[in-house]
Amino acid sequence: MGNSSAVALEGASVSLGGHLVWRDADLEVAAGEFVAVLGPNGAGKSTLLKALLGVVPLSAGTVRVFGRPVRRGNDEVGYLPQRRRFDPDLRIRALDLVRLGLDGDRLGVPLPSRTKEDRVRRMIELVGASAYAERPIGELSGGEQQRILIAQALVTGARMLMLDEPLESLDLNNQQAISDLIRTICERQGVTVLLVAHDVNPILPFVDRVVYVAGGHVLCGKPEEVIRTETLTRLYGAPVEVLKTSDGRLIVVGQHEPVSYHPVDH
Amino acid sequence: MSQPGPSWDLVADVQLLLQFHFMHNAFGAATLVALLAGAAGYFVVLRGQSFAAHMLSQVGFPGAAGAVLVHVAPVFGLIVFCVVAALGIGWVGRTVDAGHRAESAAVASILAFSLGLGLLFFRLYAGSAAGIYSFLFGTILGISDRDVQLTFVVALLGVAALAIFGRQLVFATVDPDVAEARGVRVRRISIAFLVVLALAVAITVQIVGTLLIFALLVAPAASALQLTARPARALALSIVLSLAFTWLGLALAYFSNLPVGFFITSLAFAVYVAIRAVKGALALRTGKQHIRREWSAAKA
Repeated sequence: MGNSSAVALEGASVSLGGHLVWRDADLEVAAGEFVAVLGPNGAGKSTLLKALLGVVPLSAGTVRVFGRPVRRGNDEVGYLPQRRRFDPDLRIRALDLVRLGLDGDRLGVPLPSRTKEDRVRRMIELVGASAYAERPIGELSGGEQQRILIAQALVTGARMLMLDEPLESLDLNNQQAISDLIRTICERQGVTVLLVAHDVNPILPFVDRVVYVAGGHVLCGKPEEVIRTETLTRLYGAPVEVLKTSDGRLIVVGQHEPVSYHPVDH
Repeated sequence: MSQPGPSWDLVADVQLLLQFHFMHNAFGAATLVALLAGAAGYFVVLRGQSFAAHMLSQVGFPGAAGAVLVHVAPVFGLIVFCVVAALGIGWVGRTVDAGHRAESAAVASILAFSLGLGLLFFRLYAGSAAGIYSFLFGTILGISDRDVQLTFVVALLGVAALAIFGRQLVFATVDPDVAEARGVRVRRISIAFLVVLALAVAITVQIVGTLLIFALLVAPAASALQLTARPARALALSIVLSLAFTWLGLALAYFSNLPVGFFITSLAFAVYVAIRAVKGALALRTGKQHIRREWSAAKA
């Protein structure tokens, strides 16, 4: 795919603390694609994002982002880590958090800058968070915090967003609102999206492709190709069944317990 | 100290305050300490590292005592011990405030041991209780020219370090994962801050002693952060409060012949309580207004 490739992994493996997380991963994501990263807990989904960020090194293979070797502090990549909520007592404004995304990695005393402030304001407007941008981040709701973090991830002019379970711990309305926002950003701004999800159903309607991480392997393809009983059984190396509900939602069940896509009730 | 009492003539009061050389030294050192403590305090409160500050101050005890034993200024020993302890905490890696049971037990044992060691050093020296007393509660009126010079260098280093990496430190504090991905060396910067904190603790102990260290290292920033969530304003306000408590405390102590530590801690405490009270009252009022509005809306 040459220049239009946002992510290119070739024969990539990652070990953490001497333990092999996954190996021989080949993955190519085109610029502007919306990709869901799925798989059971502990399979290495977050590690995949961290490898693409250059935070976790590969033990074998190559990784390129927008045609260049990965490096931390790449302005073209925005990142939303998996997290619980901010501490309610954290006394720093939402606005300051977005600003840190822009120049928090710099040394020296931050001087007032019109251009930077405008840019921060524009991003906050883009995600629809202007009403509460001046409030301390800890006082905001989960959905509001998520919007602020998306603004923070985009503020450097990122062309790719990597989001680690951004819908987790949100209520259904907020899950819908946040996934709509991410979709809009993907479509209107042409931003490539890699989204780690526990449940694919809220985003299934607009996912271009899914990356499935399980059993030490990474598999990529269209949702209907990957989320199938035969494919997942091969990937897990254990019997797995994909069920489709009457309203079109997918449920993956293992032999003993639901593996994933189980509507989460928290 | 026998001196005429203060009048309402501020100029005359300041002249009175500064008529002795030891008061020059006291004000000079205290101002430098308040600057660094106020600035470092902002990060201490934001990071929730009050306990680390307290721990460092206690680890400094054998340092100060040992320095007296080998005939160098106590502040030297404080600096060496505090910085080594900071590097130790940083090397162990996890934050001291994480609240792991085994870890807090270990820290408590180390603290007890270091206090015991300090006690031994003081006994070996002369058995002077005054030395221990001044370490626990501060010795601002006995500050020598040498101490002031050293305090100047340490405060300058500390403030310069915070000016250079303060922004990265805030980022690493509120959002460590993103900061790491953006290229901030989170672990390295946490250790660097612990060293700055150690320096701040070492010089602050001179003024308020190890037991009252929170008055300058935590209270001003805690008050400032109650008033504003803007980093630049909170930091500036923390420094201003720290300076105000220190100067006022020194003046009150000078004219009343009561301990400096008492006045500084009382001022810090009074301001903090006042702010919390006012904020609480305001929150209550807006809450009531809110309920009243809901009520009238429900009635309509």
